[in-house]
Amino acid sequence: MARAIDVHDLVKRYGKRTVVDHVSLAIEQGRICGFLGPNGSGKTTTLRLICGLLTPDGGGGTCLGHDLVRERDAIKRQAGYMTQRFGLYEDLTIRENLEFVGRVYGLDHLKDRVGKSLERLGLETRQRQLVGTLSGGWKQRLALAACVLHEPKLLLLDEPTAGVDPKARRAFWDEIHSYAAEGITVLVSTHYMDEAERCHEIAYIAYGELMARGSAAEIIEQSGLSAFIARGPGADRLAPQLRDAPGVTAAAAFGATLHVCGPDRDALVRAIEPFRRRSRTCSSI
Amino acid sequence: MWQRLLAIIVKEIQQLRRDRLTFAMMFGVPIMQLLLFGYAIDTDPHNLPTAVISADDTTVTRTIVSALSSTGYMRFTHRPRSEAEANALLQQGKVQFVVTIPSDFTRRLVRGERAQVLIDADATDPVAAGTPLAAAQPAIEQALRRDLIGPLAGLNPKAGGVELVLQRRYNPEGKARLNVVPGLLAVILTMTMVMMTALAVTRERERGTMENLLAMPVKPLEVMIGKILPYIAIGSVQVAVILLISRLLFDVVSEGSIALLCFGTALFITVNLAIGFTISTVTQNQLQAMQASLFILLPSILLSGFMFPFRGMPEWAQWLGEGLPATHFMRLVRGIMLKGADFADISGNLLALGAILLMVSALAISRYKVTLD
Repeated sequence: MARAIDVHDLVKRYGKRTVVDHVSLAIEQGRICGFLGPNGSGKTTTLRLICGLLTPDGGGGTCLGHDLVRERDAIKRQAGYMTQRFGLYEDLTIRENLEFVGRVYGLDHLKDRVGKSLERLGLETRQRQLVGTLSGGWKQRLALAACVLHEPKLLLLDEPTAGVDPKARRAFWDEIHSYAAEGITVLVSTHYMDEAERCHEIAYIAYGELMARGSAAEIIEQSGLSAFIARGPGADRLAPQLRDAPGVTAAAAFGATLHVCGPDRDALVRAIEPFRRRSRTCSSI
Repeated sequence: MWQRLLAIIVKEIQQLRRDRLTFAMMFGVPIMQLLLFGYAIDTDPHNLPTAVISADDTTVTRTIVSALSSTGYMRFTHRPRSEAEANALLQQGKVQFVVTIPSDFTRRLVRGERAQVLIDADATDPVAAGTPLAAAQPAIEQALRRDLIGPLAGLNPKAGGVELVLQRRYNPEGKARLNVVPGLLAVILTMTMVMMTALAVTRERERGTMENLLAMPVKPLEVMIGKILPYIAIGSVQVAVILLISRLLFDVVSEGSIALLCFGTALFITVNLAIGFTISTVTQNQLQAMQASLFILLPSILLSGFMFPFRGMPEWAQWLGEGLPATHFMRLVRGIMLKGADFADISGNLLALGAILLMVSALAISRYKVTLD
């Protein structure tokens, strides 16, 4: 299958700081790829490099078959990029914003397209409302609608669901899947693990470097970590004592329970042994 | 209460310190302007360029010319050969005065007849014309009394022997509003046009819509022209309103071609919008854009010849003024409206505006980035 994104060794530096460090990424057409990583790990910069908003200091590749640097305009015409910060005009109405985007892309049958987009969004009755008055969830869905108005082959979404309530997030992801079903490739950055699980595959980036690649299950598999859950009164309070124990990578309270994990199962068992006896149940996950 | 007040004050200072450009402008600009305008502005203008046509080269006429020169108000820069040439200089604003001494001047003076010296003044700006003309008559008489001694003493005319004929051209009644109203056109257009476009682009940056715009397939030139065109329309309406009010309330009517005026105005509006756009590409937020606009606006009021006679400023200030579009537009508008100037008369100003437009647009386009780098 053709690759929608095929970039290799992308490097971006700001002064002495290397924000993106030799990131290579290939995504096949029609796939949803989750782009995971902590804040400041270079997710946004990588997305901007791919859509032609930034010029790479090293590396290169193609996006939808077009060269990243030389064929910027062609990429811009065929890709939709949703910025992390809301990028539509708050002092225009919903319809006016969509019409503006449509005109910039030089779309024909503008009225029809905008009408259909509004219908799909379920915002027909509010099309004359100023965008500034919309709630966060609606703004994001509108931004997505604006992104796909010109029927791009690739969607680059930068933390599209940040600050959006769970119900709106679910609706948003349903839309992403429906676009993917139409053959659109999606690269979406997120912090949420539940969202990562809804992707076909995941790319994990940290400190500007690509750390892991694969499906959610594969990445968990690759991590090679074993984990236990402790239940019982006061189990969640044990985190500080367990955190520094040998063989324990992380210990975190989840409600009244405690999750403990480490790379070596035997070492982990030894570490939690003293606590197991005190009438608490531990089960492996 | 004091603690909370202090918290706000500390925060404000910290934020202000981060915004280096604003900070620099707050201190740099007033100091610069104080120096600039303190030295440049002269409400009693000296060394105004003057043309002299002397058809009668004698000791007496030379005395008269040097007497006019020694008032300090006139500086003889041109020696046109004909009256037509002199008129053109006046019309194009290259000289403020034309002094004409007729060929029979000395002969008439010797015969004890009335001898005339003719001074034509460009009186569009009554301030620039008033004092030099008032100083001319006493200066001439004094010089003749002083210099014509010995064998020439017989020539020394009785008081009133030399008659000074003054012609205040273009604005014979010396009405300030005839000069101010066309000038206002330049100031108002500079003020609104520069500021509006400067804010138009920085607003996109401040509100975060810039990144979205850049991610779409629009070209810098398209953004620039697209942002500028609506304001050209607004500027045109402004001009129409100003001209209409001038006519109805102040009786200021244009002597020259309205079409030419419209053409010059359209060019000037475009230049201002290009400047505004350039400002928006070098500033980060709307506050900075506003301050930078003021940086253009103030000299446009003070150094363009709007408030004070242009020719009365020191040479370096005139050079600065020449770089301002408002200066050229001011001459263009006053030329057309007061002097009935035609295309040839104002072509120099149009050319200057065109050159400024080219330079500013080139800078704007080179500064405007298609990427976020």
